[in-house]
Amino acid sequence: MRFSLPLSILCSALAVAACEKKVAGPDHDQSGGVQGDPAPGNDPPPPAPGADDTILIGEVGSLTGSEASFGISTRNGIELAVNEANLAGGVKGKKLAVRVYDDQGKPEEAANAVTRLISQDKVKVILGEVASSNSLAMAPKAQAAQVPMITPSSTNPKVTEVGDYIFRVCFIDPFQGFVMAKFARENLKLNNVAILKDNKSDYSLGLSEVFNAKFAEMGGKIVSTEAYSKGDTDFRAQLTTIKGSKPEAIYVPGYYTDVGLIARQARELGIKAPLLGGDGWESEKLFELGGSALDGSYFSNHYSADDPNPKVQKFIADYEKAYGARPDSLAALGYDAAKVAIDAMQKATDLSGPAIKEVLAKTTGFEGVAGKITLDAQRNPVKPAIVLQIADGKFKYLTTVNP
Amino acid sequence: MSKDALKGPLPVILALPVLALLQVTLQDHDFLIYLTSLVGVNVILAVSLNIVNGMTGQFSIGHAGFMAVGAYSGGKLSLEMKDYALSFLPHVVSDQISFMLAILVGGAAAALCGFIVGLPSLRLKGDYLAIVTLGFGEIIRVIVQNTEAFGRALGLSGIPQSSSLAMILFWVFLTLLVAKRIADSSHGRSLWAIREDEIAAEAMGVNTTGYKVRAFVISAFFAGVAGVLFAHFVPIINPGSFTFVKSMEVVVMIVAGGLGSTTGSVVAAVFLTLLPEGLRSAFSRLDDPSLAQKVDQIRMPIYGLLLVAIMLLRPQGIFGTHEIWDRWKKKPKGAT
Repeated sequence: MRFSLPLSILCSALAVAACEKKVAGPDHDQSGGVQGDPAPGNDPPPPAPGADDTILIGEVGSLTGSEASFGISTRNGIELAVNEANLAGGVKGKKLAVRVYDDQGKPEEAANAVTRLISQDKVKVILGEVASSNSLAMAPKAQAAQVPMITPSSTNPKVTEVGDYIFRVCFIDPFQGFVMAKFARENLKLNNVAILKDNKSDYSLGLSEVFNAKFAEMGGKIVSTEAYSKGDTDFRAQLTTIKGSKPEAIYVPGYYTDVGLIARQARELGIKAPLLGGDGWESEKLFELGGSALDGSYFSNHYSADDPNPKVQKFIADYEKAYGARPDSLAALGYDAAKVAIDAMQKATDLSGPAIKEVLAKTTGFEGVAGKITLDAQRNPVKPAIVLQIADGKFKYLTTVNP
Repeated sequence: MSKDALKGPLPVILALPVLALLQVTLQDHDFLIYLTSLVGVNVILAVSLNIVNGMTGQFSIGHAGFMAVGAYSGGKLSLEMKDYALSFLPHVVSDQISFMLAILVGGAAAALCGFIVGLPSLRLKGDYLAIVTLGFGEIIRVIVQNTEAFGRALGLSGIPQSSSLAMILFWVFLTLLVAKRIADSSHGRSLWAIREDEIAAEAMGVNTTGYKVRAFVISAFFAGVAGVLFAHFVPIINPGSFTFVKSMEVVVMIVAGGLGSTTGSVVAAVFLTLLPEGLRSAFSRLDDPSLAQKVDQIRMPIYGLLLVAIMLLRPQGIFGTHEIWDRWKKKPKGAT
């Protein structure tokens, strides 16, 4: 024991001295399993009932928990696309089946579910998740096992940065900030805009950051920037400060629960300027919370139900028939993600992960209900965003902003 | 003398080959490994909380907070050390050494927090500790949520996934060993006295605050270790994983297992972690896949119902205050 202190000091000194920068190599980052043979356990599928004539697609979504409505919309959209494909004869003469696992909106459950889909159910493609943090929990697992994963609606840029097996069919956060900045500057011809951001959400921070930069770049001026925390109920202090700076519009890239209240309180304080926002606004609940206070406000979104495109109208009609509700963006994106996956499986030479990935990476001009999808080198789609206007308790299609 | 000298390291020496064997046999089963890792973390959490809530009779409901401290400090450290390695060792070994370092740092950070929280609040009696620990858990979550370095609401991703089954089970084993040794020691009996009657214990000369703080710090240390382990096999840690709900999950485990029983904590932690997955497996065997999908969503209510049933049938928990090793010990005593 007497020597333990000097000994430990010596050891740590040795360790510090021996520290070196690792040589960049593929063996210690997360895409470790990329080269070499496919992950163990990816041999022929088990003799599950009917395994020979069905292709299994895996889906992870939050079917319970606080984000359940997102998960359920997405699942419905995916189900609709798969049913359509099965009616049209399936893929390569085989029927498709979806296996959905609930993750309760928790990343550790999402990682668990995706591991299960990959190693137990041996799915060919994985669809999900909505929340970016859950997708980030799933992506390294899919990447390591070389199973292509398509996220319908995770907008954080980091998700597809995980590796070349991770794709998405929605635009990313920075793009939405850019869209609103462009719209405010070019269509609304605004000069002075204030920002009210949600400090608690990565999404809101990302959008406001890009909006701030782009709007200033286009010659506009951000007159004040205030912040709140998701779940707050009183925004009067921030709004009063904003009112003092006399903006022509206020950019509030938050979720509908807060935006409704913010709009109400802004009107109470006598702020007449319209609010601008992002896709987090899209919910019927917005009108319950905000009432007429939101009339004349604008937000960017993935798709509009007013789109006259027959493909979109057919999707809306089918969805309403099947689920008795109007499809929201998440349903449309889920539908698109499944369609892209099915299309890739159809075109791929065989149903192995690398073969499907190759085809997915080449997706160009795919006609989705939420816009034309062309994937860039980072596996993010280049697609237009839609700006909706709120009037009389309705979302009204206003314009499409191209990248 | 030689027998006593062996008694310390002997269980560890015996356990290591078993762990190595497990690691090798399960190597190719990703899902099993993930599930076992999750079970391991929950066992560590439950057993460590049992030292405070069970053995000492205090009511702490901020265990997820200590877990978060461990997960974020250890995870951040690993993230920073990701690109460095010890030159004279192969990468695999050196990664494990930095992982071990992260575990110790995370555990120490959590233990320090436990000391800071425990010292003032454990002087109080009754329900105050519950409120303080609850507050602590929330404070940690809010701090993390607003700190850029910790990834804010999105969470910390890209932490090297260097956790292995052997490492997790080794820590499970170590936690069990410490819990058992504490329970068997005079220290444990003092804790027991505090649990049964704090005033009487104090009257008999037990330094109640000192013992409580020590138990609390040990418990926090292992919660921190569990957090670091968690951060190294779940690809992303985010504040949503360490909410009050997680703390309550652990409390439920020890109450269902029997407050004060280490065996009970282990059994309940294993059972309650595997139950949702077991139900999922059972449901996916159903013939009609669409029915199976629907049933998947009622796993959680079934989980709740089972808990209610356990509490109604055995209010003292599955094991009460008994331990599985009590049986082995008593026999030779009865014989003499």
